[in-house]
Amino acid sequence: METATTRNGKTTAKPAKLGREVQAKLGQQLRAIYDDVVNQGVPDRFSELLNRLDGNGNKDKH
Amino acid sequence: MPMDDSVRKAILGAVPSLRAFAISLCGNVDRADDLVQETVLRALANIDSFQPGTNMSAWLFTILRNHFRSEYRKRRREVEDTDGHYADTLKSQPEQHGQVELREFREALATLPADQREALILVGASGFSYEEAANICGCAVGTIKSRVNRARTRLAELLSIGGVDDFGPDDQTRAVLARGGV
Repeated sequence: METATTRNGKTTAKPAKLGREVQAKLGQQLRAIYDDVVNQGVPDRFSELLNRLDGNGNKDKH
Repeated sequence: MPMDDSVRKAILGAVPSLRAFAISLCGNVDRADDLVQETVLRALANIDSFQPGTNMSAWLFTILRNHFRSEYRKRRREVEDTDGHYADTLKSQPEQHGQVELREFREALATLPADQREALILVGASGFSYEEAANICGCAVGTIKSRVNRARTRLAELLSIGGVDDFGPDDQTRAVLARGGV
């Protein structure tokens, strides 16, 4: 199992610590591509699917 | 299937981020949408096992992730993520941004091992805590932290973000420096 922190200088294969600016830049780009999809909202097929399922439910109830 | 209004709202509300997560997992919009649809159907079929008051979004992410993993295991022979299939499907998608920087980021993200990519997306984009991400992936919090760290480090390397000053020497270099007393 990998250790998240290095307690001595001898630990190998542990990623170097990234600067705050690098992390911020990576985070910003990651969210940009993720939000690109999120901002597409709910495609019709999903609201239609739920309507269909809900419609069946209502028919059963009434 | 009678549907509680709050359940319907919660599911529809989660669909956009479920899609973003699914696309990041499988790298293909059509397959991602199928994955989300199967997730919604499974969630509704098992809605009794959802504990009211807990995070519906995290529950849905867990279903999607587990479903993807079991499908992936089945398809392993046809679909080899690590051998560049994921990267290829991404490249065949129309460019949504036109920005070179984001295209390069997508391609770099696609080369990460699936475990690391998933952890990074959950924590860095979906906004889950390390604990929530660990629950979703069924692993220890420390494992998630380590995967996120390795993912970030690898991305920074691939994208050449940050100079020597940002990075500092890597650990092996540091060890050599320490031993040599330089």
